[in-house]
Amino acid sequence: MTTSHALAPTTGRSPFASLVKQREVPVASALIVLVIVTTIANPLFVSPQGVKDLMLNATITVIMAVGLGTVIITNNIDLSVGSILGLVAFATGTVFNAAPGIPIVFVFLIGLAIGALLGAINGFLVTVARVPSLVITLGMLYIYRGLNNAWAGGQQYFAGDRPAAFGRLSVDTVVGIPIITIIAVVVVVLVAIFLARTRPGRDLYAIGSDDQAARLFGIKVSKRVLTAFVLNGTLTGLAGVLYASRFNSVGATTGTGLELDIVAAAVVGGIAIFGGSGSVVGAAIGAVLLTTITSSLTALGVDKFWQQAIVGILILTAILVERIASIRTARRLRTSEATNA
Amino acid sequence: MPDRTTTTTASVTGAPAVDPTRASSSRPPSGARDTESAAEKTLRRRRLLTGRGAIMVYALLATLLVCALTVPRFASVQTTGFLLLDAIPILMIAMPMALVIITGEIDLSVASTAGLTSAVMGVLWAAGWGIPEIFVVCVLIGVVCGAVNGALVTTVGLPSLAVTIGTLALYRGLALVVIGDNAVANFPPALTSFFTSKIGGTGIPTVMVGVLAIIVFFGVLLHKSSFGRALPAIGFSTEAASFVGVHVGRVKFWMFVATGVVSALVGIYWTLRYSSARSDNATGIELAVIAAVLLGGVSIFGGRGSIPGVVAGVLIISSISYALRLGGISDVVLNVVTGLLLVGSVVTPSLIAVARERSRARRAARDVLAASAAHS
Repeated sequence: MTTSHALAPTTGRSPFASLVKQREVPVASALIVLVIVTTIANPLFVSPQGVKDLMLNATITVIMAVGLGTVIITNNIDLSVGSILGLVAFATGTVFNAAPGIPIVFVFLIGLAIGALLGAINGFLVTVARVPSLVITLGMLYIYRGLNNAWAGGQQYFAGDRPAAFGRLSVDTVVGIPIITIIAVVVVVLVAIFLARTRPGRDLYAIGSDDQAARLFGIKVSKRVLTAFVLNGTLTGLAGVLYASRFNSVGATTGTGLELDIVAAAVVGGIAIFGGSGSVVGAAIGAVLLTTITSSLTALGVDKFWQQAIVGILILTAILVERIASIRTARRLRTSEATNA
Repeated sequence: MPDRTTTTTASVTGAPAVDPTRASSSRPPSGARDTESAAEKTLRRRRLLTGRGAIMVYALLATLLVCALTVPRFASVQTTGFLLLDAIPILMIAMPMALVIITGEIDLSVASTAGLTSAVMGVLWAAGWGIPEIFVVCVLIGVVCGAVNGALVTTVGLPSLAVTIGTLALYRGLALVVIGDNAVANFPPALTSFFTSKIGGTGIPTVMVGVLAIIVFFGVLLHKSSFGRALPAIGFSTEAASFVGVHVGRVKFWMFVATGVVSALVGIYWTLRYSSARSDNATGIELAVIAAVLLGGVSIFGGRGSIPGVVAGVLIISSISYALRLGGISDVVLNVVTGLLLVGSVVTPSLIAVARERSRARRAARDVLAASAAHS
C-alpha cells in the first residue's frame, strides 16, 4: 500500500508528460507536416470538402486500429479483423434486407454483438487453449472468411437496399464533421481513458510487458486478454456496420486483406509490436496518417503508382523512430538509475 | 559429417556438454560413446516415426487415400498435374519460410517480393532483354529484397513482424512503380509451355524437378548440416545459441536472403505459368504459406519443425482444396477447411497438454494427501 502511495504523485505527472513527449509526437508531427506541405502546394486540400473526405476515409481504419492496438498492447495480435469486418458488414446488409423497417440502433447493436462474439471466440482460444494468438487468429481469418463466403456466395447488398437514413450517417455532418467520424472520435477518447486511467486498462500494459510478472503480481491475465479481444471484436463490429453505411456494396470479399493495413496503422502510431507500450491515440493518428498520405500524394500530383511504396517507407521509418526512442529511453533510465545509486 | 561446432565445444568442455546445437547431433567421434550413439540412434529413429513431421506425412497419405476412394476422378494423372502446379508457389516459399520461423522470426513480404520480381520481369522482357539476363536480374532482386529484410532485422535489431509488414507494402509498391497497371503477356510460348509441361505420362510437372531440388536443399540444410542444427537452437534461445558460438545475426540474415531468392523464383514461375507479368501477381499468398508451415508442425515460437512435415502440410491443404473442387463444392469453403486444420492442429495438442498437466497435478495432490494420511 505504501509503495502505491509513494508512486502516486509520479504516476500523476510523468506518464502524461512522457506520453506527450514520446509516443504521439513523432506520428502527429508527421501528419501535421504532411498536411501543411500539401496545403502549400495545393490549397484545395484543406477545403471543407477536402477535410470531410479525409475524415471519412480515416474513420473505419481509426476505429479498427484502436481496437487492434488494444490487443497488440497485450503482446497479442488479431489477424482476423478483416474477416470479422466482412462478416458484420454482410450481416448488416442482410438485416436491412430481411427487416427493412428495423431501427438503425438495433442494426448497430447486432453488428457490435456479432463482432464481440467473434472476438470472444479468438480470445477464448488464445487464453484457454493457450496457443499463440498469431496462429489462432490466422486460422480464424480463414474460418470467418470461409463462413462469409459460404453465407454470401455471389450475393451482394448495395447501398440502395439500405434505408437512406443509414447511408446519411456517412454523408451528414455536424459542425463540418461527418457523423461517423464523431463516432470514431468518441471511441478513441473512451478507449484511451480506459487504457490510461482504469485498473483493467493499465493491466493490459503490464501483461504486454511481461505476462509472467503480471501473473505473479496478481493480475488476472487470461481475463484481461479476453477483454482486449472482445473489445477489439466489438470495435471491428462497429467498423463493419459503418463500412456498410459508407460504401456502396458488401459481399463475400468485403474487408479482405485489411488486417495488415490495420497492424501497420497501429505500428506507425507507435504501438510496439511486442506489446507493453504505445497508446490508442497514437494508433488513431497512425491510421489517419496512412489514409491521408494517399490523398495527399494525389493532391501533390505524385504518380499514384508511388503511393504504396511511400506507405511502405513510412511504416519502416516509424519502426526505426520507435526503435531509436526506446534505445534512448533505456539509456536515460540506466543513467538515472546510476545517479540515484 | 564432420561438424566443426560440435568437436570444438566437446574438446573445450571435455564432457558431453548440453548443447542445443547437438540436440539431434551427429555421431560423436570417439568409441567411448558408442552405446550413447546407439541409444541416440534408436531415439532418433523412433522420433522419425512418431514425431510431428511423421504424423503430418501419415495425415497426408490418409487424406490422399480418402480423396482417391470417395472423390470420383481424383486418382488420376490430371489431378497430379493440376494439384502440383497450383501447390508449387506455396510449396517453394514454405521451405525457407519454415527455416525463418524455426529461428523465431517471420517474413510477411514474400508475396510482394514475388510480385516485384514478376513486374521487373515483364518490363525487361518488353524492353527486349534476353531470358537468361532477366532470370539473373530476378534472382538479384530476390537477394536484395531478402537482404534488406535481413539487415533491418539483424543489424538494426527491429522486430521482423513489423519490418516485413513494411516491406510487404514497399515491395508491392515498387512493383506498381515498375509496371503500373500494365500487364506483359507475350512471353515466348516455348518457355511458358515448358512451365506447364508434364514429365512423360506421369502428370508430374517438369518444374517439379527444380522444386524437388529446393526441398532437398532446405531439408539437408536443416536436418543434416551444422548450419541447420543452429537454427532450432537460435529459435529456442538466442542467448544460448550465441554462447555456443553460433553467429545468430549472420544465420538469420542468410535465412532472409534465402527467402527472398526463393520468392523471386516463385515470381518467375508465377509469371510464366500464367504467362502474365502484373504488379498484383501472387498477392496475399504470404498468409497461406505461413498457415501451411504452421500446419506442418513448425512452432511459431521457433525452435521446432521439420521439412517433411511442412511439405506434407502444404500438400494436405492443396489436395483437400482440389478434392473439394472436383466434388463440386465451391472452393471458397476451402478457407474454412484451411482455418479449421490450422486451429485444430495447434489447439488439440495444447488442450491435451493442459489436461495432462491438470491430471498430473491432481495425482500429485492425491499422493501428498495419501502420504500425510500414512504419517498421521
